Amino acid sequence: MANGRGCQAGDEDMNEVMGLKAKLGLDVFKPDKEPHIMIKPGMEKDPRLKKAMLVCPAGLYSENEKGEVELTIDGCLECGTCRMVCGAEVLDWEYPSGGAGVQFRFG
Amino acid sequence: MEKFDVIVVGAGLAGLAAAYTLACEGLEVLVLERGDYAGAKNVTGGRLYVNPVREFFPDLWAKAPLERFIANEGFTMMAAERSLSINYYGNELADEPYQSYSVLRAKFDRWLAKQAQRKGAAVVTRSRVDDVIMEAGQVKGVWAAGEELRSDVVIACDGVLSLTAEKAGLRSPGIPENYAVGLKEVIELAPELIEARFGLEGNEGAAHMFMGEVTKGMFGGGFLYTNQASLSLGIVVSIKDMMENEASLGAPVLLDNFKQRPEIARLLKGGETVEYSAHVIPEGGYKALGKLYGDGILVAGDAAGLSMNIGVTVRGMEYALASGYYAARTVMQAKELGDFSVATLKHYELLLKDSFVLKDFASFKETPRVLDNPRFFTTYPEMLGDMMKDIYAVPGGAKNRLYPTIKKYMTLREMWQMAGDVRQVMKI
Repeated sequence: MANGRGCQAGDEDMNEVMGLKAKLGLDVFKPDKEPHIMIKPGMEKDPRLKKAMLVCPAGLYSENEKGEVELTIDGCLECGTCRMVCGAEVLDWEYPSGGAGVQFRFG
Repeated sequence: MEKFDVIVVGAGLAGLAAAYTLACEGLEVLVLERGDYAGAKNVTGGRLYVNPVREFFPDLWAKAPLERFIANEGFTMMAAERSLSINYYGNELADEPYQSYSVLRAKFDRWLAKQAQRKGAAVVTRSRVDDVIMEAGQVKGVWAAGEELRSDVVIACDGVLSLTAEKAGLRSPGIPENYAVGLKEVIELAPELIEARFGLEGNEGAAHMFMGEVTKGMFGGGFLYTNQASLSLGIVVSIKDMMENEASLGAPVLLDNFKQRPEIARLLKGGETVEYSAHVIPEGGYKALGKLYGDGILVAGDAAGLSMNIGVTVRGMEYALASGYYAARTVMQAKELGDFSVATLKHYELLLKDSFVLKDFASFKETPRVLDNPRFFTTYPEMLGDMMKDIYAVPGGAKNRLYPTIKKYMTLREMWQMAGDVRQVMKI
């Protein structure tokens, strides 16, 4: 994920939809050593993950051709929604380590 | 090994209010914050109501980096193709001391952390708390990045998920019923444009809530706050409702649709989105509050569930500041007594019960249940919109009398239902 304003999203007209990727590109992210949220092995087809696909504000959950849900951690806003939706049975959920992850400049 | 009087987990409003208060009294306080700076992980809608907490921090407000004082309150019922708005201006809103301000947390929290540091609190950033140190059932400190840090008391102010309170056994992971998720864009816009578009002068600001089509019938709504040189625009929607709604478009699409509404798009024109954020918000009210204390530990702010949505006002930050303040008072008392067990720390709950914090939660106990009614988010906004359409329409030919025009939207069944909903609303 690019630091700062990597994308030219701001040049778009306000009335056009800015893609989620472009929106996330506006945020400052600092890389972590390892992903702070992981789908537990064997849980990839759990229906709760399908719900996470719907509610994740960063759209980081997606389904592959095998019907398994995958998680891309880049762009995670650390909002906590997927932890509410999926719970500890499905996800290993931690915050990024100190100084890593999203750093809001406005909040 | 160094030992502190108090370790505060999280440099948000609750944590910094606690640290500031404790440091003023000369206690040794360590604040641990996982972000690059205080505020780096913190998100608000957002507006801060100052009145309830003004006297807790008398020296702070004059120089606080707040955005605009709210001089105009707006509320919109949004139907699919039309909307009906109320705009409230009142002299009291424009009189000092101002009741509320728009705020951006990265700026505000960073400043508040500096004030706490000035009083002697140590604020360590880039430090994630991994676990609590438990000895004989009592919290004795925390583990952060492999380091053992000890204190008489830990105050968990690590936000809505509060992994610290969870690890101390004071709460279990949250369930979707009790939480909503907020999504927000900060959109930069020239101050002159903000003032012209919202009818503001100088440092006046506007706050506006939206209910109805914004969330497609799900519990929640939209919000718009004017900052000095930007707008905070976003939506809040129930996590449970989104999970149960098969036709749900997904949270990010709801926000995009809201932004594209003609009523909204014109306000944003020429603006540039500079940040996108999201966060879970506690909305379960009184019944969903977590345990507030344990042996050697107190819980404050969102970590304790202290945030409340009653439709017209959404509040959380003043509860965070106040609970942090009361947590500090409790610790000071415990320090005097030399006892940090539940026997002394339970006083925290009494202080909160005696203050506006838990009084508000008790008063609005029924609100989450009353507002969890899809008719508020679909039927009524549509009905009101249709009535307005007919009231303002002048057709080719004769216009019907107004009363029958309005009455046709209210069959006996609908009036019956509405009477029932009104009875419920009277409990708020």
